[in-house]
Amino acid sequence: MDSLISLWEWLGENLIIIQILIKIVLIVAPLMLCVAYFTYAERKIIGYMQVRIGPNRVGPKGWLQPIADAVKLMFKEIVIPSGANKTLFLIAPMLTLGPALAAWAVIPFSDGLVLADINAALLYVIALTSVGVYGVLIAGWASNSKYAFLGAMRSAAQIVSYEIAMGFALVGVLVAAGSLNLGDIVRAQQGQAGFLDWFWLPLMPLFLIYFISGVAETNRAPFDVAEGESEIVAGFHVEYSGMPFAVFFLGEYANMILISALTALFFLGGWLSPFHGFPVIGPALEWVPGMVWFFLKVMFVGFFYLWLRATFPRYRYDQIMRLGWKVFIPITIVWIAVVGLAVVLEMPWWFD
Amino acid sequence: MTFELFVFYLFSFILVAAALMVITRRNPVHSALFLVLAFFTSAGIWLLAEAEFLAIVLVLVYVGAVMVLFLFVVMMLDIDVATLRAGFINYLPVALMVAVVMALEIFVIVGPGNFGLDVYPSPPPLPTDYSNTEALGSVLYTVYMYPFEIAAVILLVAIIAAIGLANRTRSDSKYQDPSLQVKVRKGPDRIQVVKMEAED
Amino acid sequence: MKALRDYVKSLFLLELMKGLGLTGRYLFKKKFTVQYPEEKAPISSRFRGVHALRRYPNGEERCIACKLCEATCPALAITIEAEPRDDGSRRTTRYDIDLFKCIFCGYCQEACPVDAIVETRIYEYSFENRQEAVLTKEKLLAIGDKCEAQLAADISAQADYR
Repeated sequence: MDSLISLWEWLGENLIIIQILIKIVLIVAPLMLCVAYFTYAERKIIGYMQVRIGPNRVGPKGWLQPIADAVKLMFKEIVIPSGANKTLFLIAPMLTLGPALAAWAVIPFSDGLVLADINAALLYVIALTSVGVYGVLIAGWASNSKYAFLGAMRSAAQIVSYEIAMGFALVGVLVAAGSLNLGDIVRAQQGQAGFLDWFWLPLMPLFLIYFISGVAETNRAPFDVAEGESEIVAGFHVEYSGMPFAVFFLGEYANMILISALTALFFLGGWLSPFHGFPVIGPALEWVPGMVWFFLKVMFVGFFYLWLRATFPRYRYDQIMRLGWKVFIPITIVWIAVVGLAVVLEMPWWFD
Repeated sequence: MTFELFVFYLFSFILVAAALMVITRRNPVHSALFLVLAFFTSAGIWLLAEAEFLAIVLVLVYVGAVMVLFLFVVMMLDIDVATLRAGFINYLPVALMVAVVMALEIFVIVGPGNFGLDVYPSPPPLPTDYSNTEALGSVLYTVYMYPFEIAAVILLVAIIAAIGLANRTRSDSKYQDPSLQVKVRKGPDRIQVVKMEAED
Repeated sequence: MKALRDYVKSLFLLELMKGLGLTGRYLFKKKFTVQYPEEKAPISSRFRGVHALRRYPNGEERCIACKLCEATCPALAITIEAEPRDDGSRRTTRYDIDLFKCIFCGYCQEACPVDAIVETRIYEYSFENRQEAVLTKEKLLAIGDKCEAQLAADISAQADYR
């Protein structure tokens, strides 16, 4: 153990790139596993809500189902449509997955436990999520198919529209926390009232808008007109098969987990204990590491993704656009002003 | 050669290559995508210059928003390259002259005389807790308050003008009003029973 | 006033919460999935599975080649050829059912005056090549021999309603 720690320190001094690479693997490998089991959780939870039991054949209780799916997709043929732009066709899925993974660089899992503790972390996250739209656009265009192209247009227009509402919601967080650093944003939510101190309460409208826009941004039900399983073919990735399709799939779920993690950080107090400062239960749960709270919160928000999908019917496209532009953006702008006022007046007990 | 220098040359090479591709590719979509690459690499170079706020905003605004809309338009338009290139030779002398003059002007302004290392020595490295964003913000909202506000107002005017130009109600288009649809109640709002004479 | 109420309803997502509540309740409801290969759902005596030709208790096949089933079949799945046997009785020489065409409507069973062609409770069958999809007379009789007890019981259970 000691020799391992000394090796780690030696790496930090001499070969910092190797050390960073090891850290990246330590983040990405469990993340990929989470993505795989998120698909399993989705099928199980939606199944349960529809009074079914979901996958239960591969392995005990179906636990090996995601592995089986991954193996199946890996061995499938990669079909490249005739007339498609081969390079762009294969780059597109990577462009979807890449930003979803890169954003994890600035996510603090616990106090100080973060790969890159940069000052402009919030901006970095917004910038990276906005780059994700290229995967969709390029996939649609490079497929040389009308269906894929129309799907890409719908999807990209939706993503770009909701990005604005998302950005505005984050401006509210920024004003409330007074920092762009994700760690500082979480620390700004610290207080003696546990979960009542978190930003979800004073920023309730922004919290809801951020999460709903996140659902729209990731093209998930009820905003999944781009995919529209029961209506149109499959949107921008109709022409994809095998591993490139699997990468799109991974990208979608990685994005969902990312949005869940960001929601947990911005509004649900990140790694903070929900019972901190409460009598009896607060000290009793003080030993739980912050990372556990963070994971629990991410899972909680992720569960909502699935719950929404199991509950609501699909939006009509013009209604999606109306919701984004005419409802969300005005509400966020009003609430930014309210938050600004509260911060200036040092309103108790969040901003004093 | 230090690591920073290596990264700088790598990014510069990619940037120049991408910029050349933008103007030489025949397919406009490829050009637009290379422009995206150029923006991205220049953001990387800005990061090296410790201008992280500007770098991220470059990605956010130009890559994330402007170029997406650009690509939208370029992908949807069926551009006929042949007609666009029709008068190429005729315009070449004039274009060449304009290009040379522009290049000279740029050289005069940003050439080594004005921006060399002796005129602009590399700034001292900043402490780690120095926030680029905060510094920029405090300058923007104090020293350059009025220009900043005026720029904002001009943008607002542009938005309103664009909406005013694009938003005309057409008498022949049929559309739904969601707010009215939501308000519909059961009964008289949905159906209307019409009494009429029986036909034989 | 109503407009105001609608605004409040939609801004506070009241109706969406109601929907979420419903699916949330169903999350904990008892699941009634039948675990198919291990468990099977009960089958009605009127179930229409794969076909069979029946025999009389003395071993003589029931079918008299009246071709009513062939005539009534909406999918033209049945092909019958017949000629008189040495003892003068009219019997089929060929009785084919093409399962690719068959829609399992059960009209043949209803048309049959002697309860010869019936549909069994068998629904687990598969072919490995396309030729096997045509059930010949031998195969149909074999299925009938195998399921005779069940078929007789089903038909007597249905007798009152025909």
